[in-house]
Amino acid sequence: MKLMRELWNYREMIVSLVKRDLKSRYKGSVLGFLWMFLNPLLQLCVYTVVFSIIMRSDIEKFYLFLFVALVPWIFFSMCLSGGTTVIFAQQDMVKKIYFPRQVLPIAFTTSQFVNMALSFIIIFIVIAFSGIGLHVRALAFLPLVMLIEYILALGVTFLTSALTVYFRDLEHILGIVSMAWMYMTPILYDVTSVPEEFLPIFNLNPMTPIIVAYRDILYYGKVPQIDTLLNAFALGISVLIVGEIAFAILQRHFVEEL
Amino acid sequence: MKECNAIEVYDVTKKFKVYYDKGRMLKEKVLFWKRNKYDEHWVLNGISFEVKKGEAVGLIGHNGCGKSTTLKILTGIMYPDAGKVELKGRVSSLLELGAGFHPDMSGRENIYINASIFGLSKKEIDSRIHDIIAFSELGDYIDNPVRTYSSGMYMRLAFSVAINVDADILLIDEILAVGDVNFQAKCFNKLIDIKKSGTTIVIVSHSMGQIEEICDRSIWIHEGLIRTDGIPRNVHREYLMYMGELRKEKLNPLNSGNEKLEKVEEKTEEAEKTETIQELNAHHRGTGEARIVSVETLNQDGKKVNVFSTDEPIIFRVSYEVYKEVNNALFGLSIFRNDGVRCYGSNSRADGIPTFTLKNNGFFDLEFTDNQLLQGKYYLDVCIAVGIDDMVDYYDTVYGFEVYSFYEDIGAVRMKHKWMINVTE
Repeated sequence: MKLMRELWNYREMIVSLVKRDLKSRYKGSVLGFLWMFLNPLLQLCVYTVVFSIIMRSDIEKFYLFLFVALVPWIFFSMCLSGGTTVIFAQQDMVKKIYFPRQVLPIAFTTSQFVNMALSFIIIFIVIAFSGIGLHVRALAFLPLVMLIEYILALGVTFLTSALTVYFRDLEHILGIVSMAWMYMTPILYDVTSVPEEFLPIFNLNPMTPIIVAYRDILYYGKVPQIDTLLNAFALGISVLIVGEIAFAILQRHFVEEL
Repeated sequence: MKECNAIEVYDVTKKFKVYYDKGRMLKEKVLFWKRNKYDEHWVLNGISFEVKKGEAVGLIGHNGCGKSTTLKILTGIMYPDAGKVELKGRVSSLLELGAGFHPDMSGRENIYINASIFGLSKKEIDSRIHDIIAFSELGDYIDNPVRTYSSGMYMRLAFSVAINVDADILLIDEILAVGDVNFQAKCFNKLIDIKKSGTTIVIVSHSMGQIEEICDRSIWIHEGLIRTDGIPRNVHREYLMYMGELRKEKLNPLNSGNEKLEKVEEKTEEAEKTETIQELNAHHRGTGEARIVSVETLNQDGKKVNVFSTDEPIIFRVSYEVYKEVNNALFGLSIFRNDGVRCYGSNSRADGIPTFTLKNNGFFDLEFTDNQLLQGKYYLDVCIAVGIDDMVDYYDTVYGFEVYSFYEDIGAVRMKHKWMINVTE
């Protein structure tokens, strides 16, 4: 509770770190902020070319099937592997100034989240023109799913950012883990193609229900199932709690370990 | 926590791990876990002190004594291994200036980032931004990217933000060397204003002078413990004396390496010498190649007196003995009032006299032809030095004299002045 109040007092710090991150990322480039939209758009073009001309799939409009899952996944994997640099990159600040350390992972996750949200604008446009169409009732659930993914990603960032201070190898290990994790999550395939006996294990993966929900809303245009959402929420919250507890303990010796 | 206190520190200890061969990689930690041997280095061995609201306290001590660690624990950057630290109110620390500055952003944008790191909300920053920009003296440059700033401008901006946080407790680590002389003076005055407004201040500094001017109290931390706690001038004298001894010890072993017999003889001789010197040492510090043996005050007729009136010339006669040739020497003298205020101080080199070599015993005179000291008791510090920091002998506070005055002015010295009053009736 004390932490929540403190974080509230430092809300302006979170806001300005996010702003700084977003502003500085494209500062100096000719197209500037446009890159935020161009990036996902060009990615989508590549998938469209590859999967509708070269590697034709049985799944209809496979490039969209893939893309609506890939954008949320990129957000998550950025937090998983990119989160490792969060504390390091700001070590001058961490060593010299007091502020609740949780601010840094929160700002990082939020900044990645904003990036994803901007990519969604492209997704909306493409969906609207691709013939699938936007389903308002289904879309009403999108903020909820995004919130759940944010909770999960924040928990993961807490864990990876704090652990890397102690074990620097984590950065490289997590690159591999992230790749393996991607194939273990129904991004390139549909969850229905997973053999029945492996499903319980698959559902332990907190990203599975989230991706399923995203795809329900954006690709199939239907309201996600309630137990999918509950499953995602339960896993997300658990990860966040574990992450925050671990972070709170590990941050006590950040200054000495950095 | 007591109502009147702003900071309470109880029996705080802190140790650092010093690894022989640190393996940071997970792989190394697992494979070579035996190699992860480390020494425990205790930095703080149980420090307790309280700081009252509105009090200004200086922390002094030699490098590695734990004063910066204490400040870091107060700030909340580090956690003590044992003990309790309590602070009341908003804490701002001037340990690092310009945290979070982004070179590509304008000064104004960076003010928002930097101030938010100190825990200010947008509203609070909005209300201060005018003061911050004015204090930084950056004018129109404020909207240029920070990367175009000179380092002086950069530091000025950073300091302006930190000093305008309006904290209840301000923690400062050796940072008053910001910008040019004028800006330094401005920072210093701002600090004194801040103190007057009731802010509690803790400063870590090697500049005893700065601490004496701002602080009501000094704490000398020695090997992780508080050695002395009291009025700055007294604590500093004790500290400087200790440091002088340390230097002397470092100088002496140079003589070693002779034959054993000689050494033993020397030792006994030296032991005798040091015993007698120790009594004198109470008011001497320095390397000791030369020593001040007496201080006298003479009036203009050359007669020994120690009471003077304002306007009456004073001649200080200082006699010294030289034990070993001293090159590049200079003499210095300071007059203190009995409450510890330095009224005046100067040295021969500062007055344009080239440094000289001391070979023989002798004396020097320093005449104040136009003594403007006001009524009070004064005492002297006299020194022989090589440069400013290398004290050969610093002889303090022993010799006293009195000044009486027929004027009704108050203060330390009489300043020439003129009234111009136009009262229309």
